[in-house]
Amino acid sequence: MRHLLDTRTLSRDDAIRILDTAEDMAAAQQREVKKLPALRGKTVVNLFYEDSTRTRISFEAAAKRLSADVINFSAKGSSVSKGESLKDTAQTLQAIGADGVVIRHPASGAPERLARSGWIDAGVLNAGDGTHEHPTQALLDAFTMRRRLFGSGAGVSDASGSRGRDLDGVSVAIVGDVAHSRVARSNLWLLNALGAHVTFVAPETLLPYGARDWPVKIHHSLDAALRDERPEVVMMLRIQSERMHAAFFPNEREYARNWGLDDARLERLVDEAIVMHPGPMNRGLEISSRAADSERSTVLEQVANGVSVRMAALYLLLSGEREASI
Amino acid sequence: MGTRTVLEGAEISRALTRISHEIIEANKGVAGLVLVGIPTRGSLLAQRIAAIISRIEGEDVPVGSLDVTMYRDDLAQHPTRAPHPTDMPVSGIDGATVVLVDDVLYSGRTVRAALDALNDHGRPRAVRLAALIDRGHRELPVRADYIGKNLPSAKHERISVRLTELDGVDDVTISDAEGRG
Repeated sequence: MRHLLDTRTLSRDDAIRILDTAEDMAAAQQREVKKLPALRGKTVVNLFYEDSTRTRISFEAAAKRLSADVINFSAKGSSVSKGESLKDTAQTLQAIGADGVVIRHPASGAPERLARSGWIDAGVLNAGDGTHEHPTQALLDAFTMRRRLFGSGAGVSDASGSRGRDLDGVSVAIVGDVAHSRVARSNLWLLNALGAHVTFVAPETLLPYGARDWPVKIHHSLDAALRDERPEVVMMLRIQSERMHAAFFPNEREYARNWGLDDARLERLVDEAIVMHPGPMNRGLEISSRAADSERSTVLEQVANGVSVRMAALYLLLSGEREASI
Repeated sequence: MGTRTVLEGAEISRALTRISHEIIEANKGVAGLVLVGIPTRGSLLAQRIAAIISRIEGEDVPVGSLDVTMYRDDLAQHPTRAPHPTDMPVSGIDGATVVLVDDVLYSGRTVRAALDALNDHGRPRAVRLAALIDRGHRELPVRADYIGKNLPSAKHERISVRLTELDGVDDVTISDAEGRG
């Protein structure tokens, strides 16, 4: 692999290769010395046109644990705010010798533009672009599911039994603001490639245009989805009020009542079911505190697994000899 | 030039038995001994040696498997290598005599990487090296303490170790570079 731009074009084998490598990275994170020398001498630039402390520190931790040098570039306060174009920024990064660029951009397709333009030789990792994709988030979600569902015992997350596995037949419900969620899209493509059955649960107003042509089941009622699909994984999405410039639902109380994972719905989940959330959570809106703090919740595991998965992606993209440009 | 078998199953097993005896003798028993194999075939050999030692001494020896992929100095010169699982004994390696086990000792670079990797897991009292085949051509000052067979070879030749657990047969063969014939 040369770039990681989306999960839509990621093959099942490549996905499993990343997840298996992440198992090795996770094992290294259990040791006293967490650092590996694999990317010594490489430079990784975190190019963030949008604020995201969580994703940026996760990538930063991942790159540093592989011994890479990390440069954090935030568009705010940089030449970008003075009008510099993506092309000029890319050429600057090329000139300083960046080996990998982790890019977060509000415009869908910006990472692909960076990768295919020929402005830069570095490997490009999409860390979220507009409402398009967020591939490492989907990979860490799949990694978390695989460990919880196939690891050694219920509620325990570990590597035994999960290595090499796909998610064949696993039922996953993705609930909430799908329209504004690149996480939901990336998850849909990846989970499909891994053999899982995905259901979107959302009010019609929060479904993306064209979703009915995607390989996904759609429910408008969370209660009906829990009853009919009996999901083993319930992934709650954050209500992104900052992206909502119109009224997508009457008010927060009604949203919480219809689509929130409250205590009663938590009780009705199937035995082994897990509750996921990409964070940050709006407690009391899309998820109740009890659900967020229950043993079913994988929220903090997702954060920890994020570092392992990003280490795997950086390693697989940047460690070998660079493949010829496409 | 074709492919020639240099060790057959019975010879491999005799070599491993001899190495096991040598390890016990040098270590004066099995106290503080840890065997660590380098995947994939080194790990299988470490397990076999551990089984032979426990048969001889009546005591089990901790066995680990240490992936060195991330520690190699030639990562940038080859296509990306997928790592193997590392599985170190829970008792750890601090203060132990670690015997690293690999199938073929060649340039010595794998062993160098293994020493670095080992360092991240703890501080052994001593590290020894066992190899089923020593084919020469060292690029680093590394030598093995226990050797199954010295096999002088030309650089273009290819040494293949096959083990029943993985390949269905036990043997060591030598062939020319492309593995023709």
